[in-house]
Amino acid sequence: MTSSNVMRFMVGFYILLFFGYLFGPLIMMGAAAFNESPFPQVVPWEGFTMKWFGQLAQDDQMIEGITNSLIIGLGVVCLSVPISLAAAVMMGQIYERLRPYYYVIVVSPVLTPGVILGISTLVFWDRLGVLAEAEYESIFYNGMFLSVVGQSTFISAYCMLVFMARLQRFDRTQEEAALDLGATHVQVFWKILIPFLRPAIFSAAILAFLTSFENYNTTVFTIQAESTLTTVLAGKVRMGTQPDLSALAVIIVMITLIGAVTHEIMRRREMAREEAAREEAMRADEKIDKTLGAKPIAATN
Amino acid sequence: MSDFIVLFLAVLLALLVKPLVEKRAEAFAAAVTGITFVQRNGVMLSAYLILAVLGWAVFMIILPQLYMVDFSFRHNLPFDQVGGPNDTHTFDNYRYLLFGREGDEEMFNWLHLKVFFKTILASACVTLFDLAICYPIAYYMAQVARGGKARLLVLCLIIPFWVNEILRAFAFRILFGTSGVINSVLMGLGFTDQGVDFLRADVGLYAGLTYAYILLMIFPLYNAIESLDHNQVEAARDLGSPWWRIHFRVVMPHAKPGIASGCTMVFMLSAGALAAPQILGGPSSLWFTQVIYQWFFTGLNWPQGSAYAFVLLATCIVFVMTIMRVFNVRFGEIAK
Repeated sequence: MTSSNVMRFMVGFYILLFFGYLFGPLIMMGAAAFNESPFPQVVPWEGFTMKWFGQLAQDDQMIEGITNSLIIGLGVVCLSVPISLAAAVMMGQIYERLRPYYYVIVVSPVLTPGVILGISTLVFWDRLGVLAEAEYESIFYNGMFLSVVGQSTFISAYCMLVFMARLQRFDRTQEEAALDLGATHVQVFWKILIPFLRPAIFSAAILAFLTSFENYNTTVFTIQAESTLTTVLAGKVRMGTQPDLSALAVIIVMITLIGAVTHEIMRRREMAREEAAREEAMRADEKIDKTLGAKPIAATN
Repeated sequence: MSDFIVLFLAVLLALLVKPLVEKRAEAFAAAVTGITFVQRNGVMLSAYLILAVLGWAVFMIILPQLYMVDFSFRHNLPFDQVGGPNDTHTFDNYRYLLFGREGDEEMFNWLHLKVFFKTILASACVTLFDLAICYPIAYYMAQVARGGKARLLVLCLIIPFWVNEILRAFAFRILFGTSGVINSVLMGLGFTDQGVDFLRADVGLYAGLTYAYILLMIFPLYNAIESLDHNQVEAARDLGSPWWRIHFRVVMPHAKPGIASGCTMVFMLSAGALAAPQILGGPSSLWFTQVIYQWFFTGLNWPQGSAYAFVLLATCIVFVMTIMRVFNVRFGEIAK
């Protein structure tokens, strides 16, 4: 069986190579943050230092960018979660023949390049501003507002896909049971659908915030006179090379790591809980069947 | 401006009238569904659903795109002349992309056309490269790895994806710079004593773009391959098929929608990438999005920039349609 061993070794080596490609650059960047050298580099190693982190805290431009990014992120969450929830519910209720067209329209922002979404938002509001003869300080030319709108265009589509995935697992019989028991459709919406969608609302909000926080392509066009973390960063990286950028990268990587892992754990726990509930239900069914002396449900169907 | 509004209203009217002309009975049914929609959800809920969806679809998706297209057919006018007698439609912006300014020595505007074709070609290469390196991993995760190991692999894939796009590009700059890690290793081993300028040769750019979209290729592939019954692979193997034929005849045909979806996403994102080319591109080479960016911010010619943006969008639409035709998949399968 030497040939299969060789094959297994090749596969293992390939996987190692692949994840080396995936993590190598990030590790190198992290290491550069602790190097004494005034350029962001790993070799030659000139000694361990933490001073680049200190330098970062004094960078007003960066602090302003981070603040703006946080505000825009919150704005995007507030705008895109309600929109995407409505859009996903609408998908189930819209007139059958219109559904394909509706789907193409609302999913198209996912496939549209980010720069084009930014440009179209910028041009649209600029023209509206001209039409309304608005002042330059008005909302039509406000970079923060335009960024929230421009980013929400495609982030809503992402969130809608999250809601649709969750809705696919929605047990329609719950709805029917509630209706049979005399609930109105509005009550069904608030008491059954929304509680069922709560984990999806949570994931959609996190997804929206993180996507907004790291967006560059759309924001760079809509932000105009203001700045966000990504535009400040892009400016700095293009200009030149200071290790405090690597220090910032280390902090951001850490935060995103914690966020991503927490999100993953939450998702796992949610899935495990659902699995447990399903098993519980199965067991209860079997118990009832046993006590009634009937055949298992699966067999009768 | 007014002629554009008339045009838009005409399109809207045509869309509204179309079902009436097409099939009256169905339009009637649609009207009935409209009534039950309000009855079903109550006034408040219906208002929320309709306002949210219409606000998004019309004011954030459709109208901005239409305005951008309209804008791309206009002259670049100073602020006070907008809406005046000079504010007419023109093909000049598109003509400029093709032929350059009138009286230029060259017949075509090679400067920008070259950038355009280079962007398309390079994006296609990045897509193929991503497909090649992601397919084995996706297959391994979907068919070979079991339980905890597969879950760990998935988590390891997701983590780099959450790191900011600009910082990922910056990491590649540290790797590929003239005094970067790779050059130091090469010099240490004695392969070169000058240091290779990887950034000027665009090696850094391609490596960075390939890296950036790995996840968008792996997940569609993984989802498609996972639904394949492993018994089919076993059966092919038992019947004496070598491993490469199993992949070409059994796994790949099954994974077709996933391949189409992954290729589309990666191509679109690399053709529309801006940060990576700005950071990793060599000083003399441009990406098409960078030309658009220049029209907006250094050229201050928004209509010209809009025209270039529309050309990019149209190219992407053509690409998606081609992929859908070639792989024979529906739009819904791609956008998953």
